[in-house]
Amino acid sequence: MTSTLTRAGARTAPPRHRTKMVRWRGPLIAWLFLAPALLLFLYFKFIPMGLGLWKSFHEVHYITDTWVGWDNYKTILTDDAFGAAIWHSIVLALGTTVGSIVLGLGFALLIEGPARYLWFVRTAAFLPVVTTMAAVAEVWRIMFHPADSGMLNTIIGWVGIDPQPWLASENSSLWSIMLMSIWRGTPYDMMIFLAGLVGVDRTLYEAAAVDGASTWRRLRHITLPALRPVFWILFTLAAIRGLRVFVEVYVLTNGGPNGSSEVLMTLIYKLGFQSNELGVASAGGIVLFLATLTLTVVVQLLRRRQAA
Amino acid sequence: MRFDSALGWESRRGPVAITGKVIVYGLMVIVFTGPLVGLLMSAFSKTLDPTSFSLWPDEFTLENFVQAKDKNVYLYLLNSFIVVGFGLLLQMLVSVFAAYSLARKKFRGMTFVMLLMLATMMLPEEIIAIPLSLVLADMPVFHANLIGTYAGMILPVGAWGFSILVMTEFMKEVPVELEEAARIDGAGELRIFATIIVPLCRPALGVIGVFGFTMIWDQYLLPLIVAPQSDMWTLPIALRSLRSDEEVGIGVLLAASLLALLPSIIAFLAFQRQFMRGLTSGAVKG
Repeated sequence: MTSTLTRAGARTAPPRHRTKMVRWRGPLIAWLFLAPALLLFLYFKFIPMGLGLWKSFHEVHYITDTWVGWDNYKTILTDDAFGAAIWHSIVLALGTTVGSIVLGLGFALLIEGPARYLWFVRTAAFLPVVTTMAAVAEVWRIMFHPADSGMLNTIIGWVGIDPQPWLASENSSLWSIMLMSIWRGTPYDMMIFLAGLVGVDRTLYEAAAVDGASTWRRLRHITLPALRPVFWILFTLAAIRGLRVFVEVYVLTNGGPNGSSEVLMTLIYKLGFQSNELGVASAGGIVLFLATLTLTVVVQLLRRRQAA
Repeated sequence: MRFDSALGWESRRGPVAITGKVIVYGLMVIVFTGPLVGLLMSAFSKTLDPTSFSLWPDEFTLENFVQAKDKNVYLYLLNSFIVVGFGLLLQMLVSVFAAYSLARKKFRGMTFVMLLMLATMMLPEEIIAIPLSLVLADMPVFHANLIGTYAGMILPVGAWGFSILVMTEFMKEVPVELEEAARIDGAGELRIFATIIVPLCRPALGVIGVFGFTMIWDQYLLPLIVAPQSDMWTLPIALRSLRSDEEVGIGVLLAASLLALLPSIIAFLAFQRQFMRGLTSGAVKG
């Protein structure tokens, strides 16, 4: 009883005193609530980033680091294996992005509509996106079996195509990985496009029909322009995700055969954890980061120019 | 009603149109679920042929799952559940706390913190994998070694920019009048947070819960770095070691792959609405 009385008294204290209290307490509480997130980010994102930058200029030994300046970066930029890995990463990222966007848009157009059964088709088609990459990759590894009895070879056999070596050949390993990545990426892009299609003004379609425009022209002049923001979202995501592909390659081929599908991240992993070249591996990480950053900035700049 | 879709073919009737639709949709379902259905069927059948799936179990058997026990598959599964359980709890708590601060408070340095959060999204595990392993082996200040511990797999997934941002957007929607009324009634900060703001954000909790679950369950590089000994492996990174086996061929691998796939599929099917909302909020980044 007394406590409520005193609290009521405190609340009718002079206002000057109260604002002072609030001004001091507000930021403190804000920072306290932020503390766990900031601490975790500091430890597992920012300190590693700084450490990576530091190590990239050193030759890392078990106890001491020796300053070697830009040597690690020179190694990366002149090394054939790195050059090939960077190239493979770019090809894989680009192929997966373009393939997923084109197919995703096609499927989104085919599957747009309010019918109940379409909801079922959408859900089923979306499943690859939520699946665990490592498990899916194991399944595809089995499907890619190069003998005639392999599942994919059996399927293309029905259409009359000769059996392919898939992952087992240097000429087709990267393309096979791309095929799986597109399979997993397409439904995601499809969903984003579907969300964009909902926002297209239906009266425009009607007007186009009245003017006697063909389906193609309706797509070309109404639907695609309306989807422009969606394209940019997907390109941005692809820029952030594309170059750092790891699990797919690690599980399907581990960079083989003969380095034909080695990407930047599998190479960095091998250098860092298998041959203990921590300095060069760290520099590889920094290069990967800079490439990702550049790509993202370029995409955003193109977008601004489009909008202007 | 011819104009409910861009192609305008949804509302068409007639045998040709219907056949076309059945073929197109049938193909889509087969292409995107085929590998998963094949896995489901093969995991329950006696496959001695390591090259192909059986799309129909020729002989229904649980043998693969029995054999999986000897290969420690259930230990890996348990590890996965421990990591995802504690990891998701931590991630959701951290996100809700941080979002409360970003959405309901004004303080100096707020824009900077927001930028930091966005910056972390540009810093995926892959890019910092090598130095992260060094940090985990010797934590600055604490000098603890987290390699080979559950904490090493749980703490790094605790803060995730995506979750924090989705939660922040949602918390901004809570009317400020509710908060003010509670303050006038003398409710303290924690009480307002726990009894007003968080309960009103329940839908968003579903969104960050289902996304966080799939994100943590799908972790590969992190457990690979943290768990050098096989007794700490999570299921996804253990799959590689199960590829060949004399007794059951690829049976154990198939059973384990199925166990690795099911949880995130179930999570998705159970929380579909939240999943789609999170997907189309435009905030989805790496």
